[in-house]
Amino acid sequence: MPFDPTIAAIRFGMGLSPTIAPPSSIADMMGMLAGPDTIAAEVPIPTYTDVYPSPLDYRDATRALTRARGTDGEEAADQHRDQVRGDGNELLLTNVKSELVRAAHTQDGFRERLVRFWADHFTARSTKGIERHLVSPYIEEAIRPNVTGNFAEMLAAVVGSPMMIWSLDQHQSMGPNSEAALGGGGGLNENLAREILELHTLGVGGAYQQTDVRELAELLTGVSANAQQGAYFRPERAEPGAERVLGVEYGGDPASIEDVVSGLRGIAMHPDTARHLARKLVVHFIAPTPDASLVNAMAARYLENGGVLMGMYEVMLAHEAAWAPAAMKVKQPFEFIASSVRALGVSRDAIMAADRRMIRRSVQNPMIVMGQAWQSPVGPDGWPEEEENWITPQGMAGRITWSMQAPENFLDRLPDPREFVFTALGPTPPEAVLFAANAAETVSDGVGLVLASAAFQRR
Amino acid sequence: MDRRKFLIGGIALGCSAAASPFVTPVAMAAAPWDARLVVIILRGAMDGIDVIQPYGDPDLVGLRPTLITGKAADLDGFYALHPSFEPLRPLWNAGEFGAVHAVSTPYRDKRSHFDGQDILEAGLPDLSGGGLRDGWLNRMLQVVPGLEAEVAFAIGREQMLVLSGDAPASRWSPDARLRISPNARALLNVVHHDDPLFRDASEDAIAIAEQISIEADLAEETEAMMAESPMMETVSRGGEHVKIAEFAASRLRADTRIASFSINGWDTHARQNNGMKNGGRALTDTILTLKAGLGSAWDKTAVLCLTEFGRTARENGSAGTDHGTGGAMLFAGGALRGGQVIGDWPGLGDGDLYAGRDLLPTRDVRAHVAWVMRGLIGLDQAVLEQAIFPGLELGPNPGLVR
Repeated sequence: MPFDPTIAAIRFGMGLSPTIAPPSSIADMMGMLAGPDTIAAEVPIPTYTDVYPSPLDYRDATRALTRARGTDGEEAADQHRDQVRGDGNELLLTNVKSELVRAAHTQDGFRERLVRFWADHFTARSTKGIERHLVSPYIEEAIRPNVTGNFAEMLAAVVGSPMMIWSLDQHQSMGPNSEAALGGGGGLNENLAREILELHTLGVGGAYQQTDVRELAELLTGVSANAQQGAYFRPERAEPGAERVLGVEYGGDPASIEDVVSGLRGIAMHPDTARHLARKLVVHFIAPTPDASLVNAMAARYLENGGVLMGMYEVMLAHEAAWAPAAMKVKQPFEFIASSVRALGVSRDAIMAADRRMIRRSVQNPMIVMGQAWQSPVGPDGWPEEEENWITPQGMAGRITWSMQAPENFLDRLPDPREFVFTALGPTPPEAVLFAANAAETVSDGVGLVLASAAFQRR
Repeated sequence: MDRRKFLIGGIALGCSAAASPFVTPVAMAAAPWDARLVVIILRGAMDGIDVIQPYGDPDLVGLRPTLITGKAADLDGFYALHPSFEPLRPLWNAGEFGAVHAVSTPYRDKRSHFDGQDILEAGLPDLSGGGLRDGWLNRMLQVVPGLEAEVAFAIGREQMLVLSGDAPASRWSPDARLRISPNARALLNVVHHDDPLFRDASEDAIAIAEQISIEADLAEETEAMMAESPMMETVSRGGEHVKIAEFAASRLRADTRIASFSINGWDTHARQNNGMKNGGRALTDTILTLKAGLGSAWDKTAVLCLTEFGRTARENGSAGTDHGTGGAMLFAGGALRGGQVIGDWPGLGDGDLYAGRDLLPTRDVRAHVAWVMRGLIGLDQAVLEQAIFPGLELGPNPGLVR
């Protein structure tokens, strides 16, 4: 089956646009991906390291307030803490808008999709007191620069990120025989180790046992984070001696972060990891029941290339299944909204100028009804892939209502539905959608019917 | 015949027939039984040993020096109730709240939330068959012919595998709305004609939204009933879980017989007491809201609270617990015999623990669920052991149903 620009834009990108041409070939897609990350430079999101307000800013503001209680400085300290909180909320709003602009205006849609795929693979949630505006900076730092690199580097960056450490309790863990545990109590916490094996690398069907979970948890001891230093290594918490994970011995005395990283490298190159990652990519981009030959070919390329991801993407795009005309996947709510905004041609300035109320009303609240509260999946396994999870009566109520009403919040003047049906769906839209776009009694109904159609919701 | 019944009849038809969903009035009762079954999935693995504390077991305190604070009040001379669940004490005293202890699904050893939940909701012995396409509540609906979609409601944002499958069931979240013009609605039918997934979901969305807007009076009725209930004083109003419970109660007072939803947040790896405070609040609020909202139907109601597995018998280094095996099923409702903790306690001594770390399950939790369904709905043993819970041996009747 041949490459098709419309499929390339919709299935592997953020959709069609009235102003941005779809990719012209697989080489074009891979070339953009290998080149500079233009849209990220144009529409910056702070990295975790650079973010303001940081967890330290929050901590300092709270401590200053505690110290100032009952003194003349209390009111000022209180105002300062509110200011820091407000700045965090402001950044969250900016992050939502920046992600929307990137999706709606990038030429390099495949990169944007890959960032979202890997961010979901390595879901770090803002639970347990982690501020919500830090999720995008975590992705910007640990995920985005690594999607075109080596998987082991991404894994190491994630495990070395305070966001992942906090959200999976790693900062609570210490080796049962470590100096810290023997001196003051405390012990092992298996949470991060378990999710690394089950979700991030081998996958739940992979060849690991409870003993591997425990040994990896012991290998990870010492990895910790706090507000002041970010992620750092605490040797007094590390379990003494070597650990045996999946049959390979790592580390020894003295414990070091290098041992942890070499353990992660080893796990990253396990054949089950290769298969798990390949399968997840195909399920995400192409079809719920992946073609076995494609998965095997991608896994083989990954192992041949020492965990470099670009080769695996290339094998996926070169396979005929990638270009099958039947659209087997459904856009998740953010991507539905973003691809609609892209098809409607909403300008960068219009998105960035939107106020909090507008973003709540037209992005965040509708996403909740559609089943995808902003960056808040229920568990560390991220968002489900199954179309049945999204296209429920309630999910469709959200999608239909958004299609019929939200475009007018973004644009003063909606496009003509008779043209919009081609802008949004490409040169050969289904007859029924073409008919409906022409038969609608208002412009907003016509645009809404195109967006609510299965043809637009699928990819 | 009133208009509400008329519209309710239309829903299931809308799922199956291409005709206008509002042509055929159907006035019959939605299901051939009157009992209500509410299944709450406690995601994250609730620590049964902490909620229903076996303080009569001499090994408990040694395993849990931080978690056992001595503040839990006695239930029956052996078990005590975690303080965060005290709001349910009046129900315990009235015989409307109880627990089954040392139970689990057949899932063992890998202790993954996601596989554990899949096995719990699929009701299967393991996931080896790969046929994970329906849940046991749905298979129960499949054996009763001619049910309407509103008989069963999955409520909230989350997908409920337990109620997914070939039998029609409704799904809705209390915060969903639908706005579409009649003309666009007709055209949407045309657009989705050839895509059954989108067609059915859209038709159901339209039908449910209409039904709910017409039933605004029902919601008001629920509010009024709850305002009169003295137990509602302890319930924090306005939380999402309370909205879900109110919505469930309003459906169950009408033609719905089965409702299912999730309460999350039980994965208490660290500082478990905080997690128990939040989880306890959500679960007790939910049960008290259901009781108040159901009114007289509470007497015909069984609420089962199931979780994917228990947690380690020993507390971990961060005042929490890690993934385990055996745990507890909590239950409530006027149809059940509460005021008791059922189960064969295996002990917490060194040789008693499963794999040296977890509470040993002494019975398959599915057997208790199956006996409740048998008692409430009168399902046949063979159907329960083969179609609904394949591979289950029903065993002796624990006597949960009144």
